[in-house]
Amino acid sequence: MSFNFLHIIFYFFSFVAIFSAVMVIVSRNPVRGVLFLVSAFFSMAGVWMILNAEFLALILVLVYVGAVMTLFLFVVMMLNIDLVSLRKSFVRYAPLAALIVLLVVGLTVMVIGPERQGLTEMPAPAPKSIEYSNIADLGAVLYTQYAYPFEIAAVILLAAIIAAIALTHRVAVKRKSQNISEQINVKRDERVRLVKGMQK
Amino acid sequence: MIVSSTLLAIWVFIKTVLIVSFAWIVAKILLIVLPLLFMVAYLTFLERKVIGYMQSRIGPNRIGPFGLLQPIADVIKLLTKEIIIPTPSNRYLFIIAPMISIGTAFAAWAVIPFSKTWVLANINAGVLYILAISSLGVYGVMIAGWASNSKYALFGALRAAAQSISYEIAMGFALVGVMMAAGSLNLQTIVNAQNGNIFHWYWLPLFPLFLVYWFSGVAETNRAPFDVAEGESELVAGFHVEYSGTGFALFFLAEYANMILISALMSVMFLGGWLSPFQGIPYLEGFFAWVPGIIWLLAKLSFFLFCYLWFRATFPRYRYDQIMRLGWKIFIPVTLVWIAVIAFAIQFKIAPWFSG
Repeated sequence: MSFNFLHIIFYFFSFVAIFSAVMVIVSRNPVRGVLFLVSAFFSMAGVWMILNAEFLALILVLVYVGAVMTLFLFVVMMLNIDLVSLRKSFVRYAPLAALIVLLVVGLTVMVIGPERQGLTEMPAPAPKSIEYSNIADLGAVLYTQYAYPFEIAAVILLAAIIAAIALTHRVAVKRKSQNISEQINVKRDERVRLVKGMQK
Repeated sequence: MIVSSTLLAIWVFIKTVLIVSFAWIVAKILLIVLPLLFMVAYLTFLERKVIGYMQSRIGPNRIGPFGLLQPIADVIKLLTKEIIIPTPSNRYLFIIAPMISIGTAFAAWAVIPFSKTWVLANINAGVLYILAISSLGVYGVMIAGWASNSKYALFGALRAAAQSISYEIAMGFALVGVMMAAGSLNLQTIVNAQNGNIFHWYWLPLFPLFLVYWFSGVAETNRAPFDVAEGESELVAGFHVEYSGTGFALFFLAEYANMILISALMSVMFLGGWLSPFQGIPYLEGFFAWVPGIIWLLAKLSFFLFCYLWFRATFPRYRYDQIMRLGWKIFIPVTLVWIAVIAFAIQFKIAPWFSG
């Protein structure tokens, strides 16, 4: 198998993804951790792009990097995280964490071991014709074969949104709130009264 | 022996082809970026002139004829100024932030069709690419605000980020309407779908989405009257308070490049991109047939750019809660309703837009 330009791109994105994933855990500063997670997502999107999964790759960037991680970053920036106590608990839970990591890694290796991976076992998909649209394919399947699961997922998400709003919504009892549409719709005559000044 | 030498020859051939094609792509990128930089420089000049005249002033008029060399002088000034990195700042992030801003502002230009054949990357998922790349721009702002370790910068960054996230949704929905009408995410196909005459352009059938996309675009670039992120009277300058020299210049470049990008997208999605406005008019169509498509695109784009400056000169700044209300409670419902309307129009093949 020849070594072509696509491989360079693939290895670049994979190395960045793995490096960033490690740095998410290792970096001391939580904001940097979030930013490394962003970089991991972004490089994974690059890898997906090579797999012709352009829709998933772009949606990953748009939804996870552009919206979800921005909110994460928002929260982490506003938190004043005590790094010392964080490291103390890190040491305390390290054995348990190591056990879980070993378990997960073991399971993953059992299911998708290295003998099933690699560029020779899983060659890049054959390049599609220029007219091929990943999005049209996905849409066709999503709205025919998987219509019900898709709709159910949408309804569950809607329920989650309503629940989240209902849980956090506070009725304004003593709070002063502004009626913006009233403010915007104000007319000049309601605010300004011209008084006849001194006339010569 | 022969096999290896043939292989070597093939490798050398592939390498040269790669290098040549690579150099060709780089040349095309430069062909987009350099005029863009020029446009940004003269957009700042135009802004000062236009707002100056609107306020009965003259604007810059000292350097060169009519002050035309003013942007060059500004560039030299900005490049030669000292770069100050605040001691309590997060050094690496502080330096990376402007690069992210400028990088995302330029990267989105890859898919813009300039004429029938002039497009750097004619990809199928063009609209999604635009949405994805422009959603990354907010990182530059947020990282800058946080890494500066300054109250004003952080406040500015938080405001800017919340605002761009909110308006991205409305923008995305507006583009969904365009995608549905054109039946494609390819920007070139979207332009071709508007072929016909000026009333076939999507500004008419998608009029509410046109307005929503326009104003969301102004909000997305944090320009007046949505410029709370850098409201001078409240936050000094917002997220880039601590930046000087080149760092500041990069943020400035990114902001103006984004303005031009939004204007270009407006023209492509709603005003027929590089299509001639005289299409379908018997005599004038032939008369203006020689004009290249890019001229029409630039003309449409300039209109929206002028509106940016016009808005800035005439409207007072929105209050923050009013911005949020406009984005969430007005723009998003409007787009949702109009998407349903378009769905019906496409289903029943309403002529002349959806008959095809």
